[in-house]
Amino acid sequence: MIKSLEELKQIREKYKDTLQNRETNEDKVKILVGMATCGIAAGARNTINAIVEEIRNEHIDNAVVVQTGCMGFCYAEPTVEVRMPNKEPVLYGKVDSEKAKEIVKRHVKNGEVIKEWVLRG
Amino acid sequence: MPIRMELLVCGGTGCQASNSNRVLDVLKEEIKKANLQSEVNVLMTGCFGFCEKGPIVKVMPDNVFYVEVDEDAARKIVAEHVVKGRVYQEKLYVEPDTHEKLSEQSKIPFYKKQLRIALRNCGKIDPENINEYIAADGYMALGKVLTEMTPEEVIDVVKRSGLRGRGGGGFPTGVKWEATRKSKSDIKYVICNADEGDPGAFMDRSILEGDPHSVLEGMAIAAYAIGAQFGYIYVRAEYPLAIHRLRIAINQARELGLLGKNIFGTDFSFDVEIKIGAGAFICGEETALINSIEGGRGEPTVKPPYPAQVGLWKKPTNINNVETFANIAPIILNGADWFASIGTEKSKGTKVFALAGKVNNVGLVEVPMGITLREIIYDLGGGIKGGKKFKAVQTGGPSGGCIPAEHLDTPIDYDNLTALGSMMGSGGMIVMDEDDCMVNIAKFYLEFSCDESCGRCTACRIGNKRLLEILNKITEGKGEMEDLEMLKELAETVRDSSLCGLGQTSPNPVLSTMKFFYDEYLAHVRDKECPAGVCKELLKYYIIPEKCVGCTACARVCPVNVIHGEPKKVHVIDRDGCIKCGQCYNTCRFGAITRK
Repeated sequence: MIKSLEELKQIREKYKDTLQNRETNEDKVKILVGMATCGIAAGARNTINAIVEEIRNEHIDNAVVVQTGCMGFCYAEPTVEVRMPNKEPVLYGKVDSEKAKEIVKRHVKNGEVIKEWVLRG
Repeated sequence: MPIRMELLVCGGTGCQASNSNRVLDVLKEEIKKANLQSEVNVLMTGCFGFCEKGPIVKVMPDNVFYVEVDEDAARKIVAEHVVKGRVYQEKLYVEPDTHEKLSEQSKIPFYKKQLRIALRNCGKIDPENINEYIAADGYMALGKVLTEMTPEEVIDVVKRSGLRGRGGGGFPTGVKWEATRKSKSDIKYVICNADEGDPGAFMDRSILEGDPHSVLEGMAIAAYAIGAQFGYIYVRAEYPLAIHRLRIAINQARELGLLGKNIFGTDFSFDVEIKIGAGAFICGEETALINSIEGGRGEPTVKPPYPAQVGLWKKPTNINNVETFANIAPIILNGADWFASIGTEKSKGTKVFALAGKVNNVGLVEVPMGITLREIIYDLGGGIKGGKKFKAVQTGGPSGGCIPAEHLDTPIDYDNLTALGSMMGSGGMIVMDEDDCMVNIAKFYLEFSCDESCGRCTACRIGNKRLLEILNKITEGKGEMEDLEMLKELAETVRDSSLCGLGQTSPNPVLSTMKFFYDEYLAHVRDKECPAGVCKELLKYYIIPEKCVGCTACARVCPVNVIHGEPKKVHVIDRDGCIKCGQCYNTCRFGAITRK
C-alpha cells in the first residue's frame, strides 16, 4: 500500500529501468555491439550483457545499447562502437566483459577514450 | 541479467483482429528457442494507431518499426534482427512516394506531425502492469494534487489550461468541475463516459485498452476537485478488451491503495465501478447515460437542471469523456501554461482523430489543435486511396457534417468546424472520394440516427423518419423539386426543436451536404441521375458499341436475359427489363459496359 508521495517515487525508481529501453532520443549515447556470427562466436553476447548490466549499475540513463551486424573487423571481435553525441564514433576491438565494463565506466560515463583498445576513431 | 532488448507487440483490438496474439506467442517461442529469454523481453502494449499496417512490432532500443507482421515474419525478425543484429528489411514501412524503406517510427509520415498527450503511453507500456505506468510518472499527478494542492487550485489549473470536453460538446472542463464543486451535497459522483458510439471512432477504446490507469488517475483528480467519493465508468459491452484491461487496472490500483480509502495517507477516499452499457448511441448523452446507470431507460431529460446540480441518484455529478480524463495528469504535472501553449486561441492541446474511409493510412492520430484537414488527410493519412479525387471529409460522426475540398485548409478547432456546419464530435473523420454519392452518405447517417433515436421527443422520433423518407424518395429517382425545400425546412425544424443533442445534430449531415453539394441533389431530382454512380435505381447501363467484341459473356451472365446480340456482333441492353444488378458490368473484360 502506498501511503505517501515518497513511496510512489520509490516504486517509480524501482521500475524506471523497465522503460529505459523504450525511450528514444537523438541526444543519447549510442553503444553498438557487433553481433554477427563472428562476433557471437567470439563472445559478443557476454560483452553486450556486461555493458547493459554496467549501465544499470552505474545508473546511466542517457545511453542505449544496440546490437549491430558485422563491422568487418572479424580478427578483432567482439567489437564495440561508442557514439557520443556530436563526436566522432570510437571503435574498440577484442572487448570481453571486463573491458566492456571498463569502457562504460571510463568512456561512456566520464568521456575518456581508452586509447590502447581503440581499433578506429 | 538486465533486459537489453524489447519487442513491443500491438495489442489493440485492431491488431489483435489481425492475429497479433499469435505473433506475440511466436516471438516468445522463438526467443526461447534462441535461449535469449533472460536478455530479450516480448510484451504486448496498447495501440500504436497505425491500424492500416497492423500488426505492428517495435524493437527497442534499436527503434525499428515493423509493419504487417505475421507468424512467418515474426520468426524472421527473431532470426535476423534479434539474433544477428540485422534489420529484417521485408517488413519495414515503405514510403509510397519515394519507395524508401523507413525503419524509425518518427520518420514515417503518419507519425511526423503527431503530438501524443492523451495517447502518451499507448504503444509504450504494458497496460496490464501498473508498475510500468508508475515508471512513466503515473499517479504522480494524483499524489501532487492530494498532498500539495487544494481542490480550488486544481480547478484553477484545469480552467487555465483551456481543456475542453473531448466527447463532442467541447464544454470547458474546468468550468464544469467548478459548477459541480459549488453544488452543495455530502455525496457527489464522477462519471467517465466511455460510451463511444460514433461510427468509425475508436480513440476512447484505444486509450482504455492501451493506458487504462491514465483514465483512473484523471477520474480520481476530478473527484478530489469536485468533492466526490465514488465514480462510474460507463463503457459499452462491445468493448470486451477495454473492460478486461480496466478491471485489471482497477484491481491493481486498489492493491496499491491508489483507489480506496485514505489515498496517499490523506482524508481523500475514492473508488470506481464499471457499468456496462448495452450499446445504445443515445447513452453517450449525459442525462440518458445517468438514467441508464440508475437502471432506467436510456432516455435524455430536459436540461437544466444539469448533472452538475442534479445528476446520478439526484446528486451532483461530473461527467467527462475518456480522452478528457487522459489529458488531466499531464496538465497537472506540466502546468496549465504548457497545455495552453499548444493549439489555437480557443481550442487548446491536442485531439485524437480516428481516420477512416477512402484514405491510404487508416488509423488513430493525435495532433495539435489548429492543424489543417489537408495535413491530416494528405500528410498523415497519405492521401486518397487509389489516387482518386477527394470529395469531402465527414467529421463528428452522425452528428457532424461533410466538409468539401474548398475548406481543406481550415485549421481544425471546435469553433471552425461548427462554423462549417460540422463539429468536432468525438473525433471521427471519414474521408470520401469521387465515387461517393453525397445524398447517399446523408441517407446513411440519417438511417443511423433513426435507428438510435430513443423516441422520446416527437421532433427526433418522427422528424428524422420523415427526413429519411424524403431522402429515400430522392435516391430512388422519385424526388420532386418541392422535396428539396421540404427537406431543408424539416431538417432545420428537427435541429431546432429536439430535446437532446442527438436530434439537435442528426440533421447536420443533410444540411451540410445540401449546402456544399446542392448540385448532386439537383442531379438526383431534376435529371434523375446519380453523378457518382451509387444510387442503384438511377443507374443506367449502356454498351459502348465501339468496344463491344460480341463475346456474349454479358448476355450469358444476365439473370433476366435482357442483353441481346449475336456472337461476334455488338450487343444491346434492353433497359426496360434491366434490374441494374451490375453483373454485366463486372463481367465485361473489354470495358464495353458503362453506367451512369
